[in-house]
Amino acid sequence: MLHGHQTWEFHNKPYILSSAAVGGPFEGKGPLANDFDILHGDTWLGQDSFEKAEKKLFEQACEKAIEKAGLKKEDIQFFLAGDLLNQIISSSFTARTLSVPYLGLFGACSTSMEALALGALIVNSHSAEHVLCGAVSHNSSVEKQFRYPTEYGGQKPPTAQWTATAAGVAVLGKTGTGPRVTAATIGRVVDMGLSDPFNMGAAMAPAAVDTIEAHFRDLGRTFDDYDLVATGDLAKVGLPIAKDLLEKHGFKAPDHFVDCGMMIYGKDQPVIAGASGAGCSAAVTYGHILNRLRRGELKRVLIVATGALLSPLSFQQKESIPCIAHGVVIENI
Amino acid sequence: MSDKKKKKLTPTQQEYQAFAKAREPARPVWKNSIRAFWVGGLICLIGQGISEFYMTFFDFNERTAGNPTVATLIFISVLLTGFGVYDHLAQFAGAGSAVPVTGFANSIASAAIEHRSEGYVLGVGGNMFKLAGSVIVFGVFAAFVIALVKTIVIMLGGA
Repeated sequence: MLHGHQTWEFHNKPYILSSAAVGGPFEGKGPLANDFDILHGDTWLGQDSFEKAEKKLFEQACEKAIEKAGLKKEDIQFFLAGDLLNQIISSSFTARTLSVPYLGLFGACSTSMEALALGALIVNSHSAEHVLCGAVSHNSSVEKQFRYPTEYGGQKPPTAQWTATAAGVAVLGKTGTGPRVTAATIGRVVDMGLSDPFNMGAAMAPAAVDTIEAHFRDLGRTFDDYDLVATGDLAKVGLPIAKDLLEKHGFKAPDHFVDCGMMIYGKDQPVIAGASGAGCSAAVTYGHILNRLRRGELKRVLIVATGALLSPLSFQQKESIPCIAHGVVIENI
Repeated sequence: MSDKKKKKLTPTQQEYQAFAKAREPARPVWKNSIRAFWVGGLICLIGQGISEFYMTFFDFNERTAGNPTVATLIFISVLLTGFGVYDHLAQFAGAGSAVPVTGFANSIASAAIEHRSEGYVLGVGGNMFKLAGSVIVFGVFAAFVIALVKTIVIMLGGA
């Protein structure tokens, strides 16, 4: 049900029956290693291209999530997914493997929450019993498409982010147990005219702030109503900007306002400003944050996944970077 | 930011960009320059060493030792690219490892490795000069213009 301008409240409160996170070697060395279901020691995952490795990553996450829910893939009515590659091939090829009715999504790194919001909407409206939603990214395939060859020696500025090799998938269900999805705020596209693809954090921060403020306005809530508000992925540059912007608009950003891109890697890992990629917020949410919810450490969280909606072509043509953010509320009831 | 670019932005966008700029870490220009100076210099020193080696142990003189020296440096650079070392060196050294011939070799080798999965013709062949192509095009064109200028000057003044 629409609440305010752009927020859905899910009265049937769909359950997240299970979730799975799969990561690469670099993620395995990070502080959230224990929250991954499967970690790979090899970025190729035994495949002969990075694109195939990304697909494999997603397939494994989907299989694992379905298995953990005690379901079979025949029990899943819809699969909502997206990734960062051209024509979202990783998602579509995974859907081919699963052979489940599928809707492909693109919201860059915000895809993880776009899928969860839409999945919850479908389950909430009794249009499905079980929905599978997720997102994936692979460092090498994404860098190859958006930036330079992985082995190319180009110095990155201190604002650059590292695309995570990770996949996160959740199974939503009408009945069952687990944390529940209670609301979602769909973001507007915000473009502040920034055009540096090595500074996504600053470009995406206003979109995150816009969605968070809309969410608070629509539901009459503040930061105090949440145990955790996590953006994904503003990283070290974007998060302080978002905090200052919120402060400027009269919201005091508390310590539990964090960023997925700063959680997945340790301080000793050379990721410059932090992580990015559709798989980062998906894996952190569906791994680490949901585990904390299940353990009862958190009661209500707001995940705001941010996406930079640029293409390699648009930035070469000197276009600025339009950004978006979608927020989803997950809580223990 | 140039004035031309600024004009296209709305006041809100300009205000935000100034706001964000104040909160972004600046590029460490001095640190980068010093690192580039030392690493770039070190690569040249190694080149000089190789050159001396060819002159001492083989039948090369100062003029002819250039070609095998460049070939050796390129070979080392391609090896380091293949082993995944060169990009880490470059993050540290910046222009120091990009400007010498080793950086040029790295740009070609990295693109060739990257696109191996698309096959030899459309992948490796088609993408190898993706980064180096513009260096070659504008390098050749610049050389042509300089040669033209030199020829004209000689014709006018030297005749």
